[in-house]
Amino acid sequence: MANVRFTSDHEWVRIEGDIGVVGITEYAQEQLGDIVFVELPEVGAQLEKGAEAAVIESVKAASEINAPVSGEVVAVNEGLADDPGKVNADAMGEGWFFKVRLADPQELEDLMKPAAYKELVAGLK
Amino acid sequence: MVPFAGYEMPLQYRGIIAEHLHARSQAVLFDVSHMGQAILRGDGASEVLESLVVADLQGMAAGTERYTLMTNERGGIIDDLMVIQGGYYMVLVVNAARKDLDFAHLREHIGDRCQFDIREDRALLALQGPAAANVLARLAPPCRHMMFMTIENLKIGDIRCGISRSGYTGEDGFEITVPTEDAEQLARMLLQEPEVKPAGLGARDSLRLEAGLCLFGNDIDETTTPIEAGLTWTINKRRREEGGFPGAEIILRQMAEGPTRKRVGLQLDGKVPARAGTRITDRWGKELGVVTSGGYGPTVGGPVAMGYVDAEHAAPKTLVNLIVRGKPLAGRVAKLPFVDHRYAK
Repeated sequence: MANVRFTSDHEWVRIEGDIGVVGITEYAQEQLGDIVFVELPEVGAQLEKGAEAAVIESVKAASEINAPVSGEVVAVNEGLADDPGKVNADAMGEGWFFKVRLADPQELEDLMKPAAYKELVAGLK
Repeated sequence: MVPFAGYEMPLQYRGIIAEHLHARSQAVLFDVSHMGQAILRGDGASEVLESLVVADLQGMAAGTERYTLMTNERGGIIDDLMVIQGGYYMVLVVNAARKDLDFAHLREHIGDRCQFDIREDRALLALQGPAAANVLARLAPPCRHMMFMTIENLKIGDIRCGISRSGYTGEDGFEITVPTEDAEQLARMLLQEPEVKPAGLGARDSLRLEAGLCLFGNDIDETTTPIEAGLTWTINKRRREEGGFPGAEIILRQMAEGPTRKRVGLQLDGKVPARAGTRITDRWGKELGVVTSGGYGPTVGGPVAMGYVDAEHAAPKTLVNLIVRGKPLAGRVAKLPFVDHRYAK
């Protein structure tokens, strides 16, 4: 978990070298309820930190996901097309959204470490 | 929990999809006590109420129930409601968000012709699903033989219940009115039955959407007429001939000439749901109308929606685009309901 960072909007980024793997947290999937569709960015798209990167459709509503870091999308989780429920079942693992080549590793400094995020969620419950 | 019409309501217990599927395979219990209940007593109560709704109430046998619409002078719908014909009384069940307005309207127009009382002291539970009859018959045996849209006053344990065989899911089921102080005990008794699980507002909405049933405020309101909404069936032969309900002239003319727009089902080719407010166009971008209810249908296994389109584009299988987040998504007009009704006929 040491190489994972979080946003206050309940996204996570796992750092693998110069690549960031992005998804939503366990808390976010619980709040959204049953997820039925995830609209992912296209491979090659340039994401800007804080700008809309994906849309999650749950049974309840559509929610926008903003890019936690800037960079080029190098892969998306194709498995979500057939089984978006993976996000509910394994938000921090199989339910990842996309991988981005970090444009500016400094941006990671703005994100929360696991302990800080855990504290944030504890305060919400 | 979510705020709804001034109440704190459970949106879900275990999850909307699980609750929805359980209602289609076994039975679920909804607490719908937020709905408004009122009772109308007095000679000629049916005739008096007929001046405000489109249904033939005088033709109803005692012990039956009917779905009807309260209309305004422009032919729009003030609310949709259930009317139980008790013979010497009638019970009305109206939408929570509309009850204050409905009851004021009823009071004003009924005046002293009948006795009108709001039943603040009643709760309402809905047991819905193919197992509902087996479950309820265990507790109140005559329920098994009730026909769809009939009522019985029966005791469950020591609780005096007004039971109707009806619902808002497309499934067989019962709606049970009880004194408020007995509601919790009855709910616990029903939830103890092995087939029954609790369900919240989320599943209630997805079930009724698949069943093609209207939600007031989304699919019908004061600007939509019964004809546009596809609810012409609620006006029987006598009421068509006699009129005598608010907006009758407009509604009956529209019935004869055909409405300019119609409520239709909409099925999307892909997996992206189209929510209420989504624009509907033809395949070349011409505006046809708007989605009034939409989401994911767990039994259908994909997105389902309802909305209004120009009457000439309302035929099933007509190709349309739904504009979601600026992108046109391919879909088609679909026959309602999406999931066949399974009422006890």
